This record gives sequence, C-alpha cells and structure tokens, in this order.
Amino acid sequence: MLGEQIIKGMAVTARNFFGSYVSKERLTTVQYPEEHLAQKENTRQFPFLVYDGDDWEKGLRCVACQICEKECPPKCIYIVKSKDKKPDYKGQPQLYPATFDIDISVCMSCQICVEVCPFESIKMDTKFELSTADRFGGLLLTKDKLAKPNSYYQEMHPHDAADSDAVIAAEKAKAEAKAKAAAEAKVKADAEAKAKAAAAAAAAPIAAPAPTPPPAK
Amino acid sequence: MSPFFVITGIVTLLGAAFAMSLRNLVHCALAMAVAFSGIAALYLQLDAQFVGFAEILVYVGAIAILIVFAILLTRSGEAPEKSVLTSGWMAGIAVSAMVFTILGWAVLNSSAIPKETPPAPVATVKNVGDALMTKFVLPLEIIGLVLTAAMIGAVIIALKEETNNENPGRKS
Amino acid sequence: MFDKLDQIFVTALHWLTGFLPAALQPVVSTLICIAFVMSVFPGVFALTTVLERKILGRIQNRYGPNRVGIPFTKIRLCGFGQFIPDGIKSLTKEDIVPRAADKVVHFLAPVVMLIPVLLSYSVLPFGKNMTITDYDAGLLFFFAVGGAVEVSVFMAGWSSRNKYSLLGAMRAIAQMVSYEIPLILSAVTVVMVVGSLNLSQIVAHQNQYTYGIAHWHVFTPWGLVGFVLFFIASLAESNRTPFDLPEAESEIIAGYFTEYSGFKFALFFLGEYLGMFAIIGLGITLFLGGWTSPVSFLTWIPSYVWFLSKLMTIVFVFIWIRGTLPRLRMDQLMNFAWKFMLPLALINILVAGIWHYMAADWQRWLVCSAIIFGAYAILGRGLMQNQNFGKRIYRYAE
Repeated sequence: MLGEQIIKGMAVTARNFFGSYVSKERLTTVQYPEEHLAQKENTRQFPFLVYDGDDWEKGLRCVACQICEKECPPKCIYIVKSKDKKPDYKGQPQLYPATFDIDISVCMSCQICVEVCPFESIKMDTKFELSTADRFGGLLLTKDKLAKPNSYYQEMHPHDAADSDAVIAAEKAKAEAKAKAAAEAKVKADAEAKAKAAAAAAAAPIAAPAPTPPPAK
Repeated sequence: MSPFFVITGIVTLLGAAFAMSLRNLVHCALAMAVAFSGIAALYLQLDAQFVGFAEILVYVGAIAILIVFAILLTRSGEAPEKSVLTSGWMAGIAVSAMVFTILGWAVLNSSAIPKETPPAPVATVKNVGDALMTKFVLPLEIIGLVLTAAMIGAVIIALKEETNNENPGRKS
Repeated sequence: MFDKLDQIFVTALHWLTGFLPAALQPVVSTLICIAFVMSVFPGVFALTTVLERKILGRIQNRYGPNRVGIPFTKIRLCGFGQFIPDGIKSLTKEDIVPRAADKVVHFLAPVVMLIPVLLSYSVLPFGKNMTITDYDAGLLFFFAVGGAVEVSVFMAGWSSRNKYSLLGAMRAIAQMVSYEIPLILSAVTVVMVVGSLNLSQIVAHQNQYTYGIAHWHVFTPWGLVGFVLFFIASLAESNRTPFDLPEAESEIIAGYFTEYSGFKFALFFLGEYLGMFAIIGLGITLFLGGWTSPVSFLTWIPSYVWFLSKLMTIVFVFIWIRGTLPRLRMDQLMNFAWKFMLPLALINILVAGIWHYMAADWQRWLVCSAIIFGAYAILGRGLMQNQNFGKRIYRYAE
C-alpha cells in the first residue's frame, strides 16, 4: 500500500537518530582536535633526523654527506658541513651538519631522502599539525627542531625502526669485529714481531713466518 | 479622505499607470500586481474583507502569475526598442475621454440610481456566504459549470496527440 | 497563578500601553506586537537552522555542529551558538548583483518575499487571547498573503537573468500553484465543520474535552486525512524535501535565489523558514488544537508553550522527513498532487459533510473511516500502477 515504504524509511532514520545518542560505535566521525584516529604505520609527513642516546647534538647520526640534499627533488634541504669532526656511533671521527634546514613548505613528502640516506639518519615523521602564523620562519625546520630520538622513531614506525636498528647493529658489529680483528691482528703482529725479534735475537737465519691468509672475498 | 485612503489610492493609480506605460512587459505585469494589491487595500478599508482577500488571492496570487507566465512562454524578456505609444495616442486619449464623459453624464443623470446614499451593507464573510448559497446559488453553479468546461477544454487542448508508435518515450 | 502565567504577555501589553494617551495606544500596541513577531520567530528560525543540522547529522550517524557556543568564552552550548557566526557571515559578505540583472526587481524580490510571510503571522493565535488581528476571515487572509509569495519567487527568478534561477522559479510556481489546491481544500473541511473562517473560533471549537481528551480535529477520520494532506501540501509549499525541486542543489544550484548573496540570500533563507513556521502554525491551529492541551489535566501549562512545542515537534518531523526521503521528479510531483491529493481532498470534503450531518455515535466513525480507507486504497493503487520503475528511456537523447 502507498506509504508503507515511507514508514519503513522513517523507522530506519529514527533508529539512526536515537542510536547515535545511545551507542558511540555508530558515530562515524571523531572530534578531531580532542580525538585522533589511530594512524596507519606507513603514514608519512615530513622528514626528521634520528639521534641515538640522550644528547641530540652528540648522537645525531647524520654525517653531512649531502646525498639527500642533492637528491631532494624540490630542493628543500640545506646542509652546511662542519669544520671539525666528532666520533660517530662506530667511534670513527666524522663530519656533522653545522646547519641542517628543511623547508616543509617546499617539501613534498616524497621520502627520497630517506631512501638514499646510507646512515639511517633521516626518516619520515607522522606529525601533521604544523600550521603556523609565521609563513617563512615557522615552516623552516632547523636542526634542533628536526632532531628526534631513536625511541620516538621506534614508537612511531616499529617495523621500519627495527629494520634500521638491525642495519646499524650489523654495521656496528661489523665495525667492532673489524676493530677486534684489527686489534687481534695487531696483538698477533705484535706478538709475532716480538717473537720474531726474539727469534731473530736467538737465531737470525730462520725462515720467514708463514704469511697471513688473505681476507675472504 | 483619510491619509490611508490617499496613500493607497496613489499607489494603486501609480501601479496602473506603470502597468500601461513601462516598456518591459514583465515590469508591466508586476506593476499591475501592485495595482491589484492597492485595490485590495481599498476594499479592506471599506470593511469588505472577503472581497479584499479574494482580490489578493485571485488577482495577485493567480492572475498576475498567469500573465507573467504567458509573457515568459510567448516572447523573450527583451524590452522593445520602439516607443510604447502608438502614433495616434493623442486621438486615443481624446476618444476615451469623450466616452468617459458621456458615460459619466449618463450614469449621474440616470433615474435608476437612488438619490440618497443607502445605508452601508454589512458584508461579513458569513453574509457573503449566505447570499452565495441562497439568493445567488444559480449564478454560482453556472459559473462553476462554465469554469469546469473551460478547464476540461484546456486539458483536451493540452493532451498529447497519440500519433504513431515511433515515440519511444516512457509507457505506462 | 497559572492563569496569570498564561496571560502574562497580554497583561504586560495592557500594562505597557496603559501609560500612554488613548490616541497612541493602538499604534504602540501594534508596534509591540510587530516587535514580538519580529523577535520570536526569527529567534526560532535561528535555533532551527542549528537544530536542523544537528538532527540531520544524527540521522547520518555523525555529530552536527557542536563547537560554537557563547562568543569569547569556552562555553559550547552543544553548538547552539552557531547561528551567531552564520548571521555575521551573511551580513558581512559581499552583495553581488549580476550585471545583466534587473536591478530594481532583483533588489525588491527578497523584501516582497518577507512581507507576506510576516503578514501571515498577524492572524495566527499563538496563545489564549494572543491573536494580533482577529480577522473574521483570518484563514482567507492567510491563504491570500501566502499567494503573494509566488510573485516574489517569480521576481527573484526572472530578474537574475540566469537560466537556473528562471528554471527554479518556474518549478517553484508550478509546484506552489499545484499544491495550494489540496492545501486549501484540506482546510475547507475544518471551515465546514466549525462554520467560521476565524482562526480563534476554530481553536475555541477544539478547546472542549470528553473523557479528558480534547476535541482536536485530527482525532476524527476527516481531520486525520485533512491533517495528512495539509502536512504534505505544506511540505511542498515551503519547498522542503522531498518537494525541494525549486532549489534542488544537485540540478539547478539554488533555484530562484542562485544569484543572491550576502544578506539578501539570508533574507530569502529567513523568509523560507518563516513561511514554513507560519504554515505549520496554521496546520496546528486547524487540526492540532492550536494552543490547547491534548488532555484536560495538562491545561495548566501556558497556551503559548503548547503552541511553540507543537510547532517544534512538527519542525522536527519536517527535518526527519528531510533526512529520509529523496527528491521527487517533476512528473511524480505533479502526478501526486493532481491524481492523489486532489481527489482525496475532495472525498475528504464529502466525508466531512457526512460527519457533520450524521448522529454522533460509532456508526459515523465506521462510515467515514470506511469511505476514507477505501478511497485511499484505490487512489494509492492507481498512483502506484502508473509508476514505471524500469529503466528510464530518454526520448531525445539517442
């Protein structure tokens, strides 16, 4: 009969109307500034610099190699190399960025800087509430604003951070192994040299020591 | 003459004058709606509520709209270039003034109208309704019949012609 | 005590005008009444705009506006302050008039829209002894000034020199003219039974109680049908969904007020809502007992409270329907008006006559209900059969 379907439709909307007051699950929107939706892990907004430890100036992974600066398509990264060197996580003396600026009004969030960085030092942030009344200074992020601890990165992107930590740990281990090997070789060489000297002192015309095996390729 | 009567009278006359003299036909129709409203106000001033409201309902609400629609459907809204007055407008005014004078003279000197003013009739809506349903019931019914016939005629004229089966429109 | 509360506005008006010389009293009293209408109903309009957005939001399972409260404070009032920035915005926006527009008519249209709408409030009984002008033919006055709205719609649509405006105006006038007939015919039944066009007398006729229940017209078979017809026709008269073809946003932008901006647009908006309240007020007066209470033990609640609460309830139903039904097509609209509503309204007049002349017992209930139900079933079936729900073929498109 005429009107039957209209009544049914009205019942549906009435159920929605009252239901939205009763159950919160019905509501499809969130109250944004107070509530946030959980972000997807792969969210990315703008790059930031990772540092290890507590002191951001000491622990900054960046060595100012400027690859990101060269690769950046919109050229929003500006790096000035330092004059002096400081030890990196491996203990090697490295340069560090005296200035590292990213203009996020120019940045297009392409993530190429992250891809090309060989030192796992530049990563993508998920912060998006960056609006400011200052058009130029407010959107130019300097080194101190860009530096964020590794723990923040681990919290934000657990999987990526684990990968990058693994890379760094592997490199560190490699470097340590190398250092150890070098130290052992040194010790050995020292010992050999000592023995040699002793032997030479004992009996000069003895055959030369066996050559060390060449490093595996 | 109360100030209210003067104001409504001036508005009505101005509306009527503009309805005749404006170039754009739609403007003329709107000016005529103003004149109709003024007439309705005059009726209300005479305590004839039913006639006044019917004037607004029928003339402003329906007839003015009908005229406007007819103008819109039959010609473009552009104002004509030439003057609204024809070449012989002076003669026209003279003739109409003459006719008015003769008619007025005839009416005023007629023996049919009573010399002294009759008492103002009480024209409440109830009285009007009673009169329509008792004394004037036959004219009312005849008008109703004529209007119905006119409406049926209009519907028949507007009916779609069932010409052939080439028409692939929606079928019921 | 409750009587005094009920008559508080009337007493206040008499007390205020009592200070003045007798010659000035009618003028000042009229001005106060105008001020009353001009302040109360735009206030209701302001609240309704927010309420509408909130209810529509809830129907769509989201929050409506819930941020703006009292300005310069942290109080949010659930968003009911939203109309303040909206009003300021529309006041400060640029008023754009198209170059080709007919400037005078374009300017006059919103004014002509608002005047008849505000005039129609002068005959509505808002409460006991609260009718501003108690015309003998109040109902006729209401319909007469309502007819003048069409002129303003045409003026707006024609003077804008915009095809969408003109289309919207044509649609609006066609729709208003078509639905005015069932609107008036459904009101005629009440006039027949009460025997008066005076709205106060119509309310007084409903202000009687049997077994504690009021004699509202909606509680009779013809009254129920009349109310439903009136309700549907008033939806169409106020251009509300599903009859919002004149301003169908997805088809013709905003209809006849496409070319209006700033405060003129706000005036149209205001006029439209005030017209809606007025016609709802008339429906309440005719069928829902005006300012009377439905049951006799609640008569102590002031009459204007009853009127306003009934008004807001119907407004809520309007919004609910807007959240439910899609827009009709033009041919469906016309079919519905001429093939369903008009015959049913005519049959309803017959039924009202039968009701009036039959003895007041269960037999007239049976007879009247049977006639109405039969007519509804037959007309409804006829309307449904004529619908072609299949694929639509466009005659000139291929």
